[in-house]
Parts: sequence; C-alpha cells; structure tokens
Amino acid sequence: MKFVVAIKQVPDTAEVRIDPERGTLIRDGVPSIMNPFDTYALEEAMKWRDDLGGTVTVITMGPPQAESVLREAVSMGADDAVLISDRAFAGADTWATSHTIAAAVKKIGGVDAVFFGKQAIDGDTAQTGPSVAASLDWPQITFVGRVRTLDVKSIIAERYVETGVQVVQADLPVVLTILKDANVPRVPSLRGKMKSRKAEIPVWGLSDLGLSPDETGLNGSPTKVVVTSTPEARTGGAIHTGTADELACKLADLLLGEGGDA
Amino acid sequence: MNYMLNEDILAIKEICAEIGEKYIIPVRAELDEHNRFPTEIMKIIARSDLFTIYIPEEYGGTGMGAISLVVATEELSRFCGGVAVSYAANALGAMPIILMGSEEQKKKYLPQLASGEKLCAFALTESEAGSDAGGIKTRAIKDGDHYVLNGTKQWITNGGEAQIYTVIALTDPERGPRGASAFIVEEGTPGFSYGKKEDKMGIRASATRELVFEDCRVPAENLIAREGMGFMVAMRTLDNSRPGVAAQAVGIAQGALEEALKYASERKQFGVRIDSFQGLQFMLADMGTQIEAARALTYSVARMIDNGDKGFEKESAMAKVFASDVAMRVTTDAVQILGGYGYMREYPVEKMMRDAKITQIYEGTNQIQRSVIARAMIKEAHRK
Repeated sequence: MKFVVAIKQVPDTAEVRIDPERGTLIRDGVPSIMNPFDTYALEEAMKWRDDLGGTVTVITMGPPQAESVLREAVSMGADDAVLISDRAFAGADTWATSHTIAAAVKKIGGVDAVFFGKQAIDGDTAQTGPSVAASLDWPQITFVGRVRTLDVKSIIAERYVETGVQVVQADLPVVLTILKDANVPRVPSLRGKMKSRKAEIPVWGLSDLGLSPDETGLNGSPTKVVVTSTPEARTGGAIHTGTADELACKLADLLLGEGGDA
Repeated sequence: MNYMLNEDILAIKEICAEIGEKYIIPVRAELDEHNRFPTEIMKIIARSDLFTIYIPEEYGGTGMGAISLVVATEELSRFCGGVAVSYAANALGAMPIILMGSEEQKKKYLPQLASGEKLCAFALTESEAGSDAGGIKTRAIKDGDHYVLNGTKQWITNGGEAQIYTVIALTDPERGPRGASAFIVEEGTPGFSYGKKEDKMGIRASATRELVFEDCRVPAENLIAREGMGFMVAMRTLDNSRPGVAAQAVGIAQGALEEALKYASERKQFGVRIDSFQGLQFMLADMGTQIEAARALTYSVARMIDNGDKGFEKESAMAKVFASDVAMRVTTDAVQILGGYGYMREYPVEKMMRDAKITQIYEGTNQIQRSVIARAMIKEAHRK
C-alpha cells in the first residue's frame, strides 16, 4: 500500500500572541511544532502500513524551515518525506494550497490514501483535506474517529459527527481526515531519529509539480484574509454573596435590568 | 552543565523524556499504589528501540555504550524509579550474555532482548546470600547434556515478568565462590516456577519475586562461559551495571528537585513566594549542586567503561555510593520543601523519597561499596 500523510508546521498556539495593532500573529520566538492533529493522521497511516505492508510518505507545503516537521515524522516511522516549497506558493489560501498538494500527490503516483489531521490549529479551517479530495476527484471521509477495515480496494471508516457515528465505505484511492480518537501516536524511536537526521528530503517547487504561477500562492487564491483580530478579553465577572433567596432576587433584577437595557 | 553528549545520546534522552511526560507521569501513582508492573510502558520502550542501546549491533542492537544506558536510566528515573529499574534490570540480565556468552548464546538470545520481544532478569541473591554472595546455596548438578538446578532465588527484579533469566548456581560447592556457574534459564523450563511476589516500600511498579528451581533441567549449552566462572560473570556484570544504579539515583533526585522548584515558585506564605526565603534557597542550591556532582561522577564512570578501561570497580562503587546518598538527601529535602503537601500521596515527592531508599541498598549496599572503595584505595597505596 502507498500512503501519503499531509502535515503542517504550525506555531505552538499555547505560546502564540496576536499583535493588537496589526491584527497579525506574532511569530517571533514562538516555537514551531507539527500540527497536533496531524500526529494522529501519521499514526493511522503507519498503523495500516505496519499491518498491510507498503510505505508512508509525509509531505508538507511550507517554507524551507518546515523541513523539521518532516524529519520529526520520519523519526516517528515515516518511510520518506517531500517538502513542497517555492516562493510562488507563498500566501496561498486553502484552495491554492489544496491544488498544490493534489499536484504533489499525483506526482508521487499510485497513492492509495492521503491522510490529513482533521484541521490545523493555526487556521482552523478543516478545508484542505476535503479540498484536496475535490481537486483529485477522489472520495473523502472526514472526521474519522476509527478506521474499521482497509484493504487494497476499499475502506470502511467511522465518522464521529455531532449527531452520532456515521459508518462510511469508500473505494480507494481516498482522502481521509483523522480525529484524535483514532489512535495514540507513537513516540519516536532511536533508529527513526538516526534515520531522520540522514534522510534526504527532496524539495518540489512550481516546475517540479508542473503548475503555473497564477494557480498557486497568493495569485491562485480566490480568498483573502481582510483582518485578524483578538476578541475582547473576558472580564472576571461580579461575585455576589448572600442567602440563596437574596441571590435569586439579585440575579433576577440583574437579568431583567440587562434585558431592559438591550 | 554540558557533558558533550553526542546526537544519538541526546536523541535517547529526548525519547525517554517524551515517554516520561506522555506515558509515565499519568500512571506512576497508580502503578505505585497497586504494585503493578508497567507492561504497556515496556512495550513503548521496546518500540522506541531503548532495549537496543546496550546490545551490540551485530546482535540486533544499536550498541550505544554504557553512557547511553546511564542517560536513559537517569531520564526515565526522573519520572518513576520503579519503571526505570524495570527497564534497566533488562540490561543487568543481559549483561552476562553480552560480556561472557558464547557466539551461539548471543545469536540466540540478544536479538529478542534488543527488540523487547522478551524481557530479561539477573538472579544472584538468595535469602542467606545478599552482600555475601558467596553464600548462595542453589545447586546445579551436571546430568548428561543437562544441568539440574535446585534452590530458590530471592528479590529478583523483573521476576515473573521476564522470559529469560541469567542465574548463578553452584556446580561445585566444595570450591565456594570458585564453584559457581552462570546459566541461562528460559521461562517455561520444567521445574522452574515463580514464588512470592514482594510488597515493597518503594519502586513498587517494579516486580520483585522469588524464582524457584525444583529439579529444573537446563540444557548444558546454556552454561555461560565455563563451570566455575559464575562468580566472575556476576562480579563483572555488577561492575558494569552499578553506574546504572547511580544513574537511577541521579534521575530520582533530579525529579524531586524539579518538583521542589516548581512548588517553591508557586507556594506563597507571608504574602511572598517561598522560594524568596534564603533558608529555602540554600536547600535548593545544595540539592542542585549535589545532583550535578553525582551526575558528573556517574557519567565519568560510564565513559571509563566505554573507553575500555580495565579497572573501574572502585569508581563504579564511588558513583553508586555518592549518587544514592545524594538521592536520599535530595528527596528528603524535597518532601521538606513541600511541607505537609510533600507528605501526602497526592504529590509525587513522597514516592520519590521511598524510591530513592533502595538505591542505597541494592546491587551492593553502600556499606559494601565503601569496603570495596577502601580496599581498592589501600591496595593502590601499597603498590606505589
């Protein structure tokens, strides 16, 4: 089996701050990590590879320094990695990103399944996986909490959706987006880490993927981010004391008073 | 402090830290409370290749040397002394085969130990033979192409959990220690069973159990080295493993210091953080300094082993004595710094204090180690 896992390097949002003036992320000094949801996608792909045989190739689209998440994936057990990087890809929205990733999947060739995390913790769009499926014209199963069966021909997976569990069957090749319910990602191994240091990671740019500048990056992006802003910080709220009856009256007054104001 | 550890050793350290954060911290109190062996964590350790580091490359290992085992044991001990010793006892069990096993024995056993498919344990101690290991009573009598073992081994770390045991037994009781021999005994060998499982003060995640041999027939090809070399096998094994106990002590102490530092920065009394009090600062300074000194000594011994130095018995004993005494002092001080909270099971430091105690006792009590150190020093002085 030939599996591809598309991962993303993201700022560690536990550490990230937003510039209140410009409404942009302050990335300086913020550590970059592998998008946490992608670790479940990687584990799921490796689990099925370990069962069925084959290879797991990790890909990421990003600047040259995004190579570090690919090495991390190799240290966890991915077989090889490709960095999709070109100045022409900069500023891509999810459409242009998906178009570019789909081109890379086609170039790899003979792929049975592409695994994504359910979403990235920086953009939170959850669009890239489904959009790659559309671009490739492959079936997609999103929000996969459990893969029941997978063989050379087809897959049966459980989608964990708000109303319950939906069991979906699809023919391969397929695009999946994986939830953290699916598995527990493995710890890197020593041999994996040794291999990852030496791994040759090819870089594929615009010409390697046979794309034109107007279908990638900022030029190829139909959407534009107009503004990013931080919501007003919530204030602590008021604390009232008294007996239950007093407090109930007080609360009713406050609610009615607020209602009146609005 | 920079110990010039190479990339591979740093990678081992990172892996242990990740295993500790993700898999040991969440379960360590429960393993401790229920005296439960960390089978799942051993599988994770196996998958991360940590059982390969002390086994030569030609037998399925990665052969990273004594320093790697010291660093791995230290780092795992930072999270749980019981889990760490369950790991390190595998190296102890495998050491007789690595050091003195035949080519056939190495080929047969080491790859399955490197992969973690099987766990290993070393069995020397008996009820009447602790520090005086020469007093063992377990007999091995040659009978055709087998040896017949009879006797009981006590307090065997990984007993009942391991599948491969290296066992010291007397082939010629007349000759005392020179009549001892080392054997490889596999789980399931008829006549080999497990006895009492101990209920311990600390390192409760580790299994400590009796091994019972009743007319247990072990194939003659499982004899390590030659008849009569058992004691030498045991002593060489322990010299090599002793820095591991030192590393365990350093790790336990480091874990306790980290808890103390964290608590002291959060806890406020008299309106200020308690780490602003000089009395407490001096305690923290001493804890940190002692740990660093213990670590430096431990790593130095590991480097002597890796350099192929012949005599490191004295230094190995020094590291074990010093680091384990440091661990006991530091963990006791950590409990003191956490005060009433430190005494409660809800916080991890009381467990660290219980775990630390064993490092002063096992693999040769600190009193025995001091005798070894003094004897070596006196001998050296006379040689001049």
